[in-house]
Amino acid sequence: MISPSRTRLRGRPGVRRTASAAVLGLACGLLASCGGEGKTSLTWYVNPDGVEIFQEYADSCSTDDYDISVQQLPSSATDQRVQLARRLAAEDSSTDLMNLDPVFVAEFANAGWLAEVPQEKAEQILSSIEGDGDYLTGAAETVVWDDTVYAIPQWANTQVLWYRKSLAEAAGLDMDQPVTWQQIIDAASSEGGSVGVQANRYEGYVVWINALVEGAGGSIVENTEAGRDADVTIGSEAGQKAAEVIQSLAESPAAQPDLSVSNEGTVLGPMWSDPGEFMVNWTFVYKNYEGQVGAAGGPEDDQAFEDLGWARYPATVEGEESRPPIGGIDIGVGAYSEHPDWAAEAAECITSTEAQVDLALKAGLMPSTNAAYEEVASSGDYPEDLVELFRDSVDTGGPRPKSAFYATISNALQTQWHAPGSVDPSSTPKESATFLEAVLEGKELL
Amino acid sequence: MSTTVQTATAQGKKAPRPEVSDRSRAENRLGQKLVLPAIILMLIVTAFPMLRAVWLSVFDYTLTAPDDRNFVGLSNYLTALSDDLFWKTTGMTVLYMLVTVAIELVIGFIFAMVMHRVIFARGVVRTSILIPYGIITVVSGFAWQFAFSYQNGFVNSWLPGIEDSFNWFGDTLPAFIAICVSEIWKTTPFMSLLLLAGLAQVSEDMLEAAKVDGATWWQRLWKVVIPNMRSAIMVAVLFRALDAYRIFDNIFVMTNGAEDTASISFLTYRQTIEQFQLGMGSALSVLLFLSVLLIAFLIIKLFRVDLAAARQE
Repeated sequence: MISPSRTRLRGRPGVRRTASAAVLGLACGLLASCGGEGKTSLTWYVNPDGVEIFQEYADSCSTDDYDISVQQLPSSATDQRVQLARRLAAEDSSTDLMNLDPVFVAEFANAGWLAEVPQEKAEQILSSIEGDGDYLTGAAETVVWDDTVYAIPQWANTQVLWYRKSLAEAAGLDMDQPVTWQQIIDAASSEGGSVGVQANRYEGYVVWINALVEGAGGSIVENTEAGRDADVTIGSEAGQKAAEVIQSLAESPAAQPDLSVSNEGTVLGPMWSDPGEFMVNWTFVYKNYEGQVGAAGGPEDDQAFEDLGWARYPATVEGEESRPPIGGIDIGVGAYSEHPDWAAEAAECITSTEAQVDLALKAGLMPSTNAAYEEVASSGDYPEDLVELFRDSVDTGGPRPKSAFYATISNALQTQWHAPGSVDPSSTPKESATFLEAVLEGKELL
Repeated sequence: MSTTVQTATAQGKKAPRPEVSDRSRAENRLGQKLVLPAIILMLIVTAFPMLRAVWLSVFDYTLTAPDDRNFVGLSNYLTALSDDLFWKTTGMTVLYMLVTVAIELVIGFIFAMVMHRVIFARGVVRTSILIPYGIITVVSGFAWQFAFSYQNGFVNSWLPGIEDSFNWFGDTLPAFIAICVSEIWKTTPFMSLLLLAGLAQVSEDMLEAAKVDGATWWQRLWKVVIPNMRSAIMVAVLFRALDAYRIFDNIFVMTNGAEDTASISFLTYRQTIEQFQLGMGSALSVLLFLSVLLIAFLIIKLFRVDLAAARQE
C-alpha cells in the first residue's frame, strides 16, 4: 500500500525534480570534484612556511582543465608526516600534490605512496647528481630512492655558521679560513660568549648529530636500501668524533643554559646580547634579523646588523671539509591521485624557476636550482657571498640517512644521545649502534 | 516452596528456572531479531578492528616497508614482554591510575555530598562542579601546560617555596604531578556524578534511624552511607580506573612522553602512528586490551559486588 504522501509526491513531478536537484546540489556541495563548472580540483598539501606564495602559484598554475586548491599541513615536521601518511595509507585519491621534508621521500616512496616523476624531469634531476644538471647536487639527491626519482626539489635549505664578527675578532679567530667546532667553542668560552645549537629531543638534534658524523667522514647508517638489514655505522670513529664535539660543548662555559631544550628559535636571542654567539642555523636567519633591526631581541641598529657574520658550517675534524645539513621541501605526486598526469604537470609549474625566486625573495626560502640562484644573487636582496655560501652548502651538504625506517633511526638516536650532557664519546656511539640495530631488527621497543 | 528455594541457594545450587510462557518465548525471539542488526553493526565496528589487531600482531610489518612483511608468530609479544621499556611504561600507567583514581575518589565524594545536600542555588553549584568534565581533554591539557609553564604560567607564583623559574616539565616527578593535576581536574566531576547517583540511593529512613539511635555524622557515613553505596563506588572506581589506564591526551600535550612520563597507550601510539610499526603496535594494543580486562576483573573481585544482585535480578 502506498501512503497518501507518497502518492502526492509521485503525482507531482515538479516536486520530485526539485527534491532531486536539492539532493544533487547538496552532494555536489560536499564533493570537491563537483565544484567550479565541472572542473577538476587538485589538492596540494603544503607546510606552513611560505603559504601565501604557495597560494599564489596554486592560482597561477591552475589551467582550463584543473584548479589547484591549497590545504595547510600542521606546523611540526612529525605531524606533517603523520597526516600525509595516514591519508596515503588509506589510498586517498584526493592527495594529488604534497610538500615533503626530504627525509620523508625515501619512506613514502618505499611504501608505494609516491608516483614516479615523468622521465624528462627525472633525467634532469639524475644528471644533476652527476653535476651536469641545473639542480644543486644536495637537493637532487634528496628526491631519489632506489635509483628512481619520486619528487621534485622546490626549495633547498641548509645550515651555515652565523656569528658576531666582533666576538670572532676578539677571540682572534680567522673566519676567512674553515673553522672547527672546537675552535668556536674555545673562542666563545674565552670571550664569555656562547655557541647556539639545536639539542632539544627532536628531529633538529638528529640534524646536528648527522652533520657532525658526516663531517668526520662517517655516517649513521649505510646500505639503507636493505631496510631493516642496513649497516649501522654510528659506532665508528666518526660517531666518536661527533660525540666528542657534543660533550665538549655541553661541558664548556659556551653551552647555553637551555642547551638540552634548545631549538632553531631559542638560539636566536643570544646573538645581540653582548658579546654575542656562534650559532648554527638555517638560511632564514639573515632575513629574520634584518626584519628585527631596532626591535626587541634584534640588532640595535643597522650598524649592529653589520656585525652579523656568516661562514661555512664548522668542521668536526680539523682539515676535513664539513658536511652541512640539508633541508627544504620536495614536491611529490600521490600514487593514488586520479589525475597523476595533471598533478605532475602542476608539480613542474609550482617548482618553476620563477616560483623558487619568489620563495627566496619573499619568504627567505632558498632555491634548489642554479638558474634560480643566479636570479636571487643578482636581485641585491642578499649579500652575494651569502648566496654563494648557501649554494655551496646545499651542493656539498651531508643528507640525513635515506631509509624506509628513517623515523625509527631518528627516534633511536634521540633516545640514546639526549641530553647532550649525558653524551660520552667512549660509550654513547657504540651503545646507540647496538640499540639501533636491535630496534631495526624488531628486538627492542622504542 | 520458598523454603526449598532458600535451602537450594544456601547449598550453592542454582534455583530452578521459573516456567516461561509461550508468549514470553515469542517476545524473546522477537526481541532477539530486533537487536540482531545492532549486534552485527557492533561486531563490525568493534570486533573487526580487534581481530584485525590480533592478526597484525603476529607479523613483523612496517607501513613504509610493505615488501618486508613477515609472519613472526608470538615474537612481537615476547619482545614487548621482555623489554624494560614496556614494563617501565606499564608501571608508570599503573601509577597514574592509582594516584588519580584515589584522589578523585576522595574529592569526587566531597563534591557529590555538596551536590546532594546543597539547598541554595543547586543548579549553579552542580553546573560549576561539572564544567571541567565538559572540556575536551586536549584543551584541558594545553590549559594546564600553560598554567605550569615557568615562562607564562601562574602555578609557580602561586605556590609557596617554588621558584619562578622552576620547570615542571624538566624532570619525571614534577611532570608526573602536572599531568595528574590536569587529569584529576578534568575527570573528578565524572566521579562525583556517579557517586551522586549512589548517594541518592541511600535510604533517608536508614539515616534517620541511625540518627535516632545516636550515631554521629562520622558513624552514619562509615556505617550507613558508604556500605549502601558500594555498587556505585565500584562502578565509579571501575569506570575511572579503566579510563585512567588508557591515559594519553594529557601526556601527548604536556610532555610528549619526555622525562619518562609515557604511558602504555603512548608507547602503542608511538609504535603504530609515529613509527608505522603496525605489527609491534598491534601486539602492544592487544596487551593493553588484555590488561584492561584484567583490571576490570580485579576491581570487580575487590569490591565483591554481584552486579546481577545489584540490578535485583
